[in-house]
Parts: sequence; structure tokens; C-alpha cells
Amino acid sequence: MGKSFENPWMRIAFYAAMVLFVFMTLFPLYWVFKMSIVTPEELFKTPPSLLPTNFDIAPAPYFFTAYETVFADPDFKAAIVNSIVVAGITTVICLAVGSVCAYALARINFVLRTPIQAFILAISFFPAVAIIAPLFLQFQTFGIIGTYWAMIIPDILFALPLTVFLLLAYFRELPAGLEEAAKVDGANIWQAFFRITIPLSAPGVVTTAILTFIFAWNEFLFANTFALDITTQPATVIIPQFATTYTTDFGAQAAASIVVTLPLVALVLIFQRRIVSGLTAGAVK
Amino acid sequence: MAVATGARARKPSKPKDEGVFSRLKGDFANPERRTAYYMVAPVLLLVLLIGLWPVAYAIYLSFLKVLPETAPSFVGLQNYIDMFSDPTFRGAVLNTAIFTILSVALEFVFGIGIALALNRGFTGQGSVRAVALVPWAFPTVVSAVMWRLMYQQQGGIMAYIALKLNLIAGPILASEQATLFAAVIVDVWKTTPFVALLLLAGLQVIPADTYEAARVDGANAWQQFSRITLPLLKPAIAVALLFRTLDAWRVYDLFWAMSDRTLESLSTYVFKGVRISQVDFSVGDAAAVFIFLTSLVLAFIFLKGLGTESSGGG
Repeated sequence: MGKSFENPWMRIAFYAAMVLFVFMTLFPLYWVFKMSIVTPEELFKTPPSLLPTNFDIAPAPYFFTAYETVFADPDFKAAIVNSIVVAGITTVICLAVGSVCAYALARINFVLRTPIQAFILAISFFPAVAIIAPLFLQFQTFGIIGTYWAMIIPDILFALPLTVFLLLAYFRELPAGLEEAAKVDGANIWQAFFRITIPLSAPGVVTTAILTFIFAWNEFLFANTFALDITTQPATVIIPQFATTYTTDFGAQAAASIVVTLPLVALVLIFQRRIVSGLTAGAVK
Repeated sequence: MAVATGARARKPSKPKDEGVFSRLKGDFANPERRTAYYMVAPVLLLVLLIGLWPVAYAIYLSFLKVLPETAPSFVGLQNYIDMFSDPTFRGAVLNTAIFTILSVALEFVFGIGIALALNRGFTGQGSVRAVALVPWAFPTVVSAVMWRLMYQQQGGIMAYIALKLNLIAGPILASEQATLFAAVIVDVWKTTPFVALLLLAGLQVIPADTYEAARVDGANAWQQFSRITLPLLKPAIAVALLFRTLDAWRVYDLFWAMSDRTLESLSTYVFKGVRISQVDFSVGDAAAVFIFLTSLVLAFIFLKGLGTESSGGG
């Protein structure tokens, strides 16, 4: 409802509230970024200054000492690689099985459609911690504790509802006419899916891939349970440990936090329109 | 059709089951609908193997005593008795309950306010909505690390503000109670925008002419909100509350990283039993089953509250 404000004061109050919301949402990101670029003296100054004044400069390519510190840390680099591997494989598997499943749920009217849909959605309400004990014993038997698979396997379970419901929303938006035409021309349902639906819904598939990747990237519980050392530990496990490695080097802790979040923030802002519609589709339909 | 009548002749006593079965048979007779089952099968198989089987196994394990180097023995409810008589567990329940109630209540109040504002339509609305996604993209554990830096006694902006407002006497992170409230603030920061987006999606499906009609009938803004918006928003509210409550109830990352592993939640209690202690594996597993069952009960309550009017995935 684009109605205007009758009272100019109401208008001012409304915009003030919106500005406050944006400010509070972005403030921690700004503050931690500020912490990552200033000198230790300024970091510990009381009262803290809102704007950075004394920069802790390092030579290129890092420009600030804190970033040089974290990138010189071999554990940090290894952790980033581990995060990419775990989140990447999880995303590929989720998209492979999830897209086919979402297509059937979107297009074919079979008897168990609604129960299966509800069943998959129910997984997102499921407490992950409930299965760490049995998975631990099981993974011990298989000998995969401390490997990437010990994280990827449970990550798949919890990322799948997100993947399936995002794709379901995109497939439903796509008119079925082209697939129907292909079927009239003799294509079977698999051909219609691979040759028509997937290419046409490419933007939706890319958005889903990004969100699934972010979801797996952010996972902490399974990583903390099943990754034993830096050969597999992802960034979410390593960064909290920095509090003990770099006890007083708040700048390094801040820089590490910025490095792992900025790419996510950038991705989310680029794809924000599609993400909002995809994320909320499952809730209202 | 012949198959269906044959089934009816054999089992005349159960007409309802037979209806489902014959319809399923119908599905499998149709090549396209049969393919649908093949298409959903991999996902269902994964859920079964990684989700349902471990839960069943967890429940079974909670009745055993599992110790390293010894064969597991059946102990009945002993693990649950040990768990409930453990003051650490009771503290974890209390912390988790306080955290859940406070954070979900605050997120709901702020979330609905922001959703109503975003639903109004104003210059810059798109940017505000984009900004709302930023905290959602953060790994929880990294938000905890970032906020912990802001709560630090030395140079921490939050500690400075709290001190100036006379909210705290000592360092925030040195007090368990203060850390719990600090964690609530982080959670509210991180998920209020998401709650707002969920509620906004619910608001956008309420037809504008409903409000038009109410205005013509002389309803004021509050009446429009309480008589139209709230009742029509009920399904979206229930979904958002259910999502957030269950998420808060299993809180782990935030407590773990905010308090350097000292503040106990139900999930950290499970983790410490299963993963850190050698002897409390089974008690930890019992606590995991406790979280699972209480989550089920909470989900049931919310879905019941949602009532029969829910629009079941169309």
C-alpha cells in the first residue's frame, strides 16, 4: 500500500526508524572492519572512537597488518580451502538429487506429493545435535571421522530442504507450456527436465546453488564434532579458535571474521531480489 | 481397474487403506507418475539414511551405557535419571529456555514492526530489504566472534555503552548471566531481519482491498492491524515463530563461541557428553533425544495453534 503520511512528523519518525534499522544491522560489520584496520592502541582506546584515525598499514597486497597476520597463518588458508571443499561438494550433491526431486514435486501430480513435501520441509525443524552421537559411532565404524565426508554427509541432510524448496519455487514460476510441447513431440519427462526446465530456470538454479553453498559454509556443529585437525577443519571451526591463538590481537580476529563474511555479503547483495522471493516462498505457500 | 476390484474382494474390511493403495497402484500404472517416485527417491533415501535411521539409533543408544573399550550394556532409563539429576543439565535447560523465550519474543516484536514498515512502500525500500539479508548471510559462529570483540572490556563499543548506561558493573563476558543476555542481543540482531522478511511475505498476500473495505467502514489503523492484519497473518506468524523457536531451542554455535565454551545450552551439553567426555557419551545422547522430543512437542503446539486453516503446500 503506497499511501503517503498525513502527518509530516509521522513521516520523519518513519524514516528515522528505517535509518536506525539499517544502521543497527550494518553497524557490527562496520565496527569489526574498523577494528581490523586500526593500530592496537586505537583498538584498546577508551572511549572507543567511531571513525578510524590511526591505520595499521602493511605493504601490498594486504594493506593492513591484521590481514597480513591472518593470511600468513597457514591454518587460516587451509581452513578456507576446507570450507570451499566441504560446501562445494555438499552443494553439488544437493543440487543433483534436489533438483530432480523438486521437479517431480512441482510438475507431477502423484498421490504422495503433499506428504513427501511436508516430510522434506520437516527436516529443517530437526535439531542437528540429536544425531551426532549415533553418527559418531557409525562414522567410527566406517573409519571416516576426521575426513571431509563426515561433514558433507550430515550437511547434505540439513541443506536439502533449502535446496528442494528454493528450486520448487522457481520451477513453479516457470510456465509448463514448453515442457508440454516437448512431450507432445515425444520427449519423456527426463528429457523435458534436462533439455527445457533446467536451462530455462538457470538463474534460479544459480541462486539455489549460492544459498546452499552459504548454508554449508556456515555450518559449525558437525564440523566441530567430526573434523579433528586442520587437514579438514573449515573456517567456522578455526575462527573461534583464533580467540586463543591471537588472545590480544583483536585486529587479527576481526580481519579473519571480515575475510570469511565479506564474500557472502557481496553474493547476497548481488542476488538479493531472487533470494528474498526464494527464501520466503516456502513459508507462505 | 481390475487390480483395484481384486484388492477390494480380498480385503473388504479396510476400505480406507485400500483407497490409498489403489491410488498408489494407479500412480505406478502411469509412466509419468511412476517416474515421479523415481525422481524423489534419492532425496528420500538420503533423509532416511542420514536422518531417520540415526534418530532411531539415538533413541536406542539412550537406553544403553556406552563406554570406551567395553561392550554396551542395557541400563533402561538410567541415562535419563542421571541426566535429570545433573545440575549442569538443569542449568542448560534453564539457559536455553530463557534464551529461546527472550530472543523469539524480541525478534517477533521487532520483526513485525519492520515487516509492516517494509510493506508500506517508500523510497529506498529495496535497499532496506537488501540490508536485511546481510546478517542472515553471516555464519552464526562468526557473528558471535564479531560481537564478542564488541563486548570486550577493552575498547569494546558494547561494553562501553553498557557501562555508560549503568547496565553492568563488571566485564560482560566474565558474567554468565550477562553473557546470556549478550547472546540474546546477537541472536536478535542476526535473525530479526529474517523474521521480518518471512512476515513481509505473509503481509504481501493480504489483498489491499480488504483494507480499503475496512477504511470505508471507518476502521482506524489499530483496528485494521488487530482485526485484519493479525488474523490473516496468522499462518505466516506461526511458521516464523516455529522456525525461530526450534532454532533457538537447539542453540549451539552462539553460546559456544560467545562464552569460550562455558555457557551451557542443551546442545553444548550434548556435545560435551558425546564428544569431549569419555564416560558421559550415553547421558549426552539421552539429552540429544530430549532435545528431539521437546522439539517435536513444540512443533506440534505451533502447528496446532496454526489450526486447520493452514494452507497446506499447494
